[in-house]
Amino acid sequence: MSRAAARTRRGVLPGFGLSTGFTIFYLGLVVLIPLSSVVLKASTLTWEQAWAVVASPRALASYRISFGASAIGAAINTVFGVLVAWVLARYRFPGRTLVDALVDLPFALPTAVSGIALTAVYARNGWIGQWLEPLGIKAAFSPLGVTIALTFIGLPFVVRTVQPVLEDAEPELEEAAAMLGAGRGQTFLRVILPALVPAALTGFTLAFARAIGEYGSVVFIAGNMPMSTEIAPLLIMTKLEQFDYAGATAIATVLLVASFALLLAINRLQAWTRVRAGQA
Amino acid sequence: MTVSGGPLLDAARTGEPLAGPPELAVAALAGDRGGGPRPRAASAPHLAFRRVTEDPPWVRRGLIALALLFLGAFLLVPAAAVLWEAVRGGADLWWKAVSEPDALSAIKLTLLVAAISVPLNTLFGVAAAWSLTRFRFRGQNLLLSLIDLPFGVSPVIAGMVTILLFGAQGIFGAWCQAHGVKIAFAVPGIVLATVFVTFPFVARELIPFMQQQGTEEEEAALVMGASGWQILTRVTLPNVRWSLFYGVILCNARAMGEFGAVSVVSGHIRGLTNTIPLHVEILYNEYAFRASFAVASLLFLLALVTLVVKKAMEWRQHAERVAASRSEA
Repeated sequence: MSRAAARTRRGVLPGFGLSTGFTIFYLGLVVLIPLSSVVLKASTLTWEQAWAVVASPRALASYRISFGASAIGAAINTVFGVLVAWVLARYRFPGRTLVDALVDLPFALPTAVSGIALTAVYARNGWIGQWLEPLGIKAAFSPLGVTIALTFIGLPFVVRTVQPVLEDAEPELEEAAAMLGAGRGQTFLRVILPALVPAALTGFTLAFARAIGEYGSVVFIAGNMPMSTEIAPLLIMTKLEQFDYAGATAIATVLLVASFALLLAINRLQAWTRVRAGQA
Repeated sequence: MTVSGGPLLDAARTGEPLAGPPELAVAALAGDRGGGPRPRAASAPHLAFRRVTEDPPWVRRGLIALALLFLGAFLLVPAAAVLWEAVRGGADLWWKAVSEPDALSAIKLTLLVAAISVPLNTLFGVAAAWSLTRFRFRGQNLLLSLIDLPFGVSPVIAGMVTILLFGAQGIFGAWCQAHGVKIAFAVPGIVLATVFVTFPFVARELIPFMQQQGTEEEEAALVMGASGWQILTRVTLPNVRWSLFYGVILCNARAMGEFGAVSVVSGHIRGLTNTIPLHVEILYNEYAFRASFAVASLLFLLALVTLVVKKAMEWRQHAERVAASRSEA
């Protein structure tokens, strides 16, 4: 095939070589080479050494709190995210625009600020913490605190994936359900909710993936006790501070594999969402 | 056929001409289930029409209250706490906290880091968007996924890679030491870590937008004899300027607010390698809560600006869409 023909098939505009070349060069320089250094460093350990680090009781405890609290936070966000998306998409009430803008706050607020703000609010003498204290609930400096922080930072994901689906949903489906004699509750459970499942799952996975790697908003409120409230990213940090670079990369590899698996799942889910939306 | 069955059926039953939104007609039908045909307004004046796709008021109010309660506890209260803790010591204390030498040097370093990393990633974002939306080639989807990679990487790991590459035991560590170049635990390391975590923002904002825009205008410019550079600066960039602007704002917010990645590589030397978020942490850990929140309020303002820009963008896009659909009609 001639060069001209190949070029036409690609597109007629100029700059293919320059833009694609720069994109790949910069991606390699900033992302791929640095990330491969993690694998490179981790491979200096033998399997036994790596296993001893990755499966040590302290590491296992850190996965438990990281993955556990992330899953609970993402689950809370799925339930309330669908609720908030529903309220924002379907109802008009005073202050709606403000609330809609506020949902993105966890995206926009630097994590260190979220961290100290949540700690101040949920500590024993904080605005919310003082009401939980008499009930025997210790929010800050406990696994609950980790969950609160991870819920906070994951909050926008489900809302922002479900909201557009609700806004684009065709009212005809609900009208048809009503015509066929379905009550509002029935219509919601059997017509609206199934259409939301792919978007809600995508949001859950996004929130979960973000929460696993989160550091800044958690370290202030967690208390950072090894075996109890020490999250996996903090364990990496601790190992780095002790100059145990190989150990740090071993734990980091576990986190990286988990995040990449989740990214793949998110890609699949988004494809599924598009197919669903196309069918509706 | 463009009208759904409801209003047609309704018109057939009541003999009325088709009028009003179809939902109302359906509501009327649902309301007099089994009651036989009758003119709506005349025989049922007590019946307040509610669309069948609308929830009863008590459900509506309950759900709104529940949603607001959740957002209040998780968003509004912490946001209010930052502001309250920042101002409650009074304006003098606030000013003293943000204008002491260490705070000023943290502000300066944060501005410097953003001034380097944001333009780099903006340049990359434009190049990547041009390549991925203006051409079709093999491996395109893979490239698109790889651009998202930094979103999935923990900030701590993002900072760690800089140490693995340029630290004393790092791959290029020996070279750095031999040439007296200090990267890890110094300003260059902070810049590298920030470039990594803010890498996808502009590209991520531009790619879907440029995909949607299509290539007609650029192709027209090409036919009229414009060079590639002219097409980029006179056609493409003016068309995507708002989307680009929003991407830059997001990138900048993250660059100035990044904590985890920067915390790993900074070395925490006051007045030298401290950014604003790191300064907030140091003050907080020293129990200087007022000062910590005062400095944090600067970052809070940055977040507010970001949110306002986002909202303005949405309004703009909405207005443009309305205008476009009007001009088509």
